[in-house]
Amino acid sequence: MTVNGVPRAASAPPRRLLSDFLRHDLGLTGTHVGCEHGVCGCCTVLFDGEPVRSCLMFAVTASGHEVTTVEGLGGPEEMSPVQQAFQDCHGLQCGFCTPGFLCTVTALLRDNPRPTDEEVIEGISGNLCRCTGYQNIIKAVHRAADLIAEDGTEVDR
Amino acid sequence: MKPPAFDHHAPETLEEALDVLARTGEDAKVLAGGQSLIPLLNMRLASPGHLVDINRLTSLDTLEVTREGVRVGALARHARVERSDEAADAQPLLRAALRQVAHPVVRNRGTVVGSLAHADPAAELPAVLALLDGTVEAASAGGRRVIPAAEFFAGPLESSLRPGELAAGAFFPALPERAGTAFAEVTRRHGDYAVVGAAAVVTLDDDQRVSSARVAYLSVAATPLVLDLTGVLDHRPPVTCDWAAAAAYARDHIDTDEDIHASAEYRRHLAGVLTERTLRAAAQGAL
Amino acid sequence: MSSMFGEAIVRREDPRLITGQGRYLDDLGRHALAAAFVRSPHAHARITGIDVDDALDVEGLVAIYTWEDLPGRVGEPLPLLIPHPALTHGRTAYPLARDVVRHVGEPIVMVVARDRYLAEDAADRIRVEYETLPPVVGIENAAAAAGLVHDDVPGNAGANLVQEAGDAPAAIATAPNVLEFRLDIERSASMPLEGRGVYARWDADDESLRVYSSTQTSTSVRMAIATKLDLPANKVEVIAPDVGGGFGVKIVHPWPEEILIPWAARLLDREVKWTEDRREHFISAAHERGQVQYVRVGFDDEGRLLGLDVRILHDHGAYTPYGIIVPIITSTQLLGPYKPGAYRVEFTSLYTNTVIVTPYRGAGRPQGAFCMERTMDRIADELGLDRTAVREVNLIRPEEFPYDQGLIFQDGRPLIYDSGDYPEMMRRIKELIGWDDFAGFRASAARDGRRVGIGLACYVEGTGVGPYEGGHVEVDSSGRVHVSTGLTSQGQGHQTVFAQIVASELGVPIEDVIVTTGDTRRFGYAVGTFASRAAVMSGNAIALASRKVRDKALRIAGEALEADPRDLEIVEGVVRVKGDASSSIPLRTVAVLSNPLRYAFDEAAKQATQFAVGGSMDDPPLTGEPGLEGKEYYSPPRSTFASGMHAAIVETDPDTAEVRILRYAVLHDCGRLINPRIVEGQIHGGVAQGVGGALYERMVYDSEGQLLNASFMDFLMPYATEIPRVETGHMETASPLNPLGIKGAGEAGVIPVSAVIAAAIEDAEGIRVSRMPISPSELFHLRLAAEAGTAERTNRARSSASS
Repeated sequence: MTVNGVPRAASAPPRRLLSDFLRHDLGLTGTHVGCEHGVCGCCTVLFDGEPVRSCLMFAVTASGHEVTTVEGLGGPEEMSPVQQAFQDCHGLQCGFCTPGFLCTVTALLRDNPRPTDEEVIEGISGNLCRCTGYQNIIKAVHRAADLIAEDGTEVDR
Repeated sequence: MKPPAFDHHAPETLEEALDVLARTGEDAKVLAGGQSLIPLLNMRLASPGHLVDINRLTSLDTLEVTREGVRVGALARHARVERSDEAADAQPLLRAALRQVAHPVVRNRGTVVGSLAHADPAAELPAVLALLDGTVEAASAGGRRVIPAAEFFAGPLESSLRPGELAAGAFFPALPERAGTAFAEVTRRHGDYAVVGAAAVVTLDDDQRVSSARVAYLSVAATPLVLDLTGVLDHRPPVTCDWAAAAAYARDHIDTDEDIHASAEYRRHLAGVLTERTLRAAAQGAL
Repeated sequence: MSSMFGEAIVRREDPRLITGQGRYLDDLGRHALAAAFVRSPHAHARITGIDVDDALDVEGLVAIYTWEDLPGRVGEPLPLLIPHPALTHGRTAYPLARDVVRHVGEPIVMVVARDRYLAEDAADRIRVEYETLPPVVGIENAAAAAGLVHDDVPGNAGANLVQEAGDAPAAIATAPNVLEFRLDIERSASMPLEGRGVYARWDADDESLRVYSSTQTSTSVRMAIATKLDLPANKVEVIAPDVGGGFGVKIVHPWPEEILIPWAARLLDREVKWTEDRREHFISAAHERGQVQYVRVGFDDEGRLLGLDVRILHDHGAYTPYGIIVPIITSTQLLGPYKPGAYRVEFTSLYTNTVIVTPYRGAGRPQGAFCMERTMDRIADELGLDRTAVREVNLIRPEEFPYDQGLIFQDGRPLIYDSGDYPEMMRRIKELIGWDDFAGFRASAARDGRRVGIGLACYVEGTGVGPYEGGHVEVDSSGRVHVSTGLTSQGQGHQTVFAQIVASELGVPIEDVIVTTGDTRRFGYAVGTFASRAAVMSGNAIALASRKVRDKALRIAGEALEADPRDLEIVEGVVRVKGDASSSIPLRTVAVLSNPLRYAFDEAAKQATQFAVGGSMDDPPLTGEPGLEGKEYYSPPRSTFASGMHAAIVETDPDTAEVRILRYAVLHDCGRLINPRIVEGQIHGGVAQGVGGALYERMVYDSEGQLLNASFMDFLMPYATEIPRVETGHMETASPLNPLGIKGAGEAGVIPVSAVIAAAIEDAEGIRVSRMPISPSELFHLRLAAEAGTAERTNRARSSASS
């Protein structure tokens, strides 16, 4: 599969979850595992550009597709606008849920560059955060929308 | 919570898939979206010896809208069907129900047909299929058959698919003229399974009187429950319909269980409330 | 102090975490073996046999251990961390069950294998035989003691403690008004998104152990491991890596796994790692909150408390490793910002065949606040007075500080409030929520068929408990400032706020400050992160250490510049004469000079060698210690008291009984703020957990002791859709107890939320709410019960119904 733009390959049994494959077989530990039953969203990555729960996919199913993880959202020297916005707005505390949010929000803003408050909340409604109470995450999404509009940056990587 | 081992099959054609299913029978499960199946595997609540992964069968990723209705192939994701304005115009209940299915991210992978085959009485799409008298097309190495909704849902998490069969598609009839729909559910958190949910279709005749009123319920029985409330509404125009009587009828005809989130009595009460709300809205939509 | 203290700067730990470069426990130890456990499926049972034969041919299996394999101290019960005279029947578990299991989830067999998948396969094949025993589930069943959790603990009572100030029963007996009622709070849990994990490396050559644990106290875990494995402490290092949330559950130690994994690593001479999964966390970590409270209160006609007598039944689960801290905190923090008149509180802490109960953010305070605030609301309703008026007559006044409540707090010290301004806080929260205008809103909502209510609750929080914390600050020869403290971080922004303190105290650019927490290699003496203490304790210790470094820097610079240290200042990392920027010396050079050298190891070091340095020929080259560093400890005489008041407006659906929070407002005071945005973030998170606890979260045990909702599907933690916008206002009454004047803020957000929401729902419905959390189904039944006369309406509702 192509991960963050780079063709990657590794051997794994069919039951290896994509989340584990990314983390342990490919060493990309930025994607986190919070529940392994699809509820918390920590494991969210972009699969052919769409956010999916990597704990609810087998690596073999993902073979031949494109996966983007948090490590691939920004460039080598700088963070993506979404990432920058999370820092600007104190949108994270322990950081464990953050990669899942970043992937979800990246796709959200690509599809809807100027979401209303309701659309933001609906868009992130499947990601749990135990630290922030979501207040600053919502602010970060709006700020990311501003940053993207300012740069005219292409968000989809 | 890691899944137990299984033999993984990734057929490239439907024939191949059906062939594997014929050989593995009861010991196989079909993997499409995986949003319901993989949690079960991760929790080791299921350990099929074989998994038939149909994600390469792109020929099944179809969405066809005609005057008759909406035909969905096995690999059509919830998100695709939800986004389709054509499908929503032909049958508004699809989009209304899909909006309530889990969360947007889960809808990117989960499939409409997969949700039907999973046959969870708390899920949205089985109730919609039952309400609309839709069908599921089952394919096997031995041929095809079309199963009406009323026969498809056998029990909680149990469809009437036989070993060796794969749900290849589903058909949701279009909304007729002078008909309106509504969907409502009460959940604990946004995106959770419904405590109780209801989908309604109301049809009016040439005099703008209710000629048909049916409601299907989520989370009240072992399979989707469909009630015909036409009689209760007594062929009246919507403005004089006795919605409260419909609610009472629903409460009287629903016998449900309690669980950790809600008592049986509260569920029955909600069924009444949602009956009224959805019928009223559906009738309004029919005008 | 320069401006960095008090600035809402962005966090320095963020770039790493945002780009996926965090190093959480499971990210470490790529090649370690994996452990999994066979855990009890029964709440109470005797183990009659363990058969591992079927597991032996699982590919990749390395080892299987039961209690019988555990030598010496490793096989002994886990430590009882906080002894207390009243805990007469404390009991702790064995790391692997011996004979009897007492809750679903108790570990029985440890499996080590090549990876977690294989370890789970092996664990699945291990057959344990049980003789089930009758389980004790629920507080009332525990108190009735038809069955016992521990055979040698009569009545299932682990502890009984009475605290009193004055004679409350007598005061109540003579009071003009008396009320008596019962309150119930149900069990919930911290539930951080990252579970527990332990990763151990044994170095056979060095005979030393390095352990990473997702813990809130690396120093104490180290001591526990050293003791259990019979190693000298200086041969054991424990590091808390990035931790994905703690909220109290990770202060418990040593978990069985924290002993077993290092033990196995040493025995096998292999790296071993255990990362728990979500189900394990539900059934073998810890829960909290469950209590039943019986309240008797006597008051005058203005609502002034004359006597308060509370009896608490506390469910602490199957074992008591953390002692009785939670009910002690409930008992003492229950008083809130009020003068209670005479007060008597008695608690009985009971065993049940359920998961252990240890602190969860708030640690007993939410239960105490619930008790007092529901009492205040009851009094107001009884007298027909405004709920804030009743509170106001009871508030401690600013001129009455320090205020001694006459009790002993959880730190073993007198419960003396140091500072606060409660009347002013009340004024501000009322203004923020629009308390006095609410009647108008209620009326207009009613005209639209909407049902709304308003609630308010107050709390006081003893923060910064001792015994101490330490800080070490060192400037190196490149000018970088290395700061370390022994306590740990789980997202509170310590790497930022501690750097802000140092930047301010020392006068260095914050970019040059690097903070390390929770690593015994860097700082060995510490207590841990809990009880909203890190900023107060480590913040002050680090400030004091910085001042030491500053003094030394000025002394050395003074010698080099031939100036009086009192005429010097440090700005942007440069020591200079005040008003004469030309006479200056960078801090990094001072650092070089602080260590008189014989050998120059680089260019900069040449300045410190014997022929380069000037100065007196008669004085020794070195005064004190070499290096520009300082270490200091902060140990307060007692806790410092933060406070807050929350208010909320809720709407209840007349048909579905769903509850929606329309507005949520917070006024809080945690003294001086190091970083206002980080403090606010803590409040937001606390409020969200509070909303979870008020409306969604409860642990559901059936009568067999099975946890019915051991997953995120059925244990309902709130998403963004469930949390309202939180409006916050700040006040600052500095703490007189510490040099920085700060108080803790970590738990503030969660403490009064159940009380606020209960009050608002009660106000909307006119029916007494005395049990939390409350679900729509429960509200529906409460309404039916009120109609049937089996649930009480409020006086206000009754009188407006009849008017």
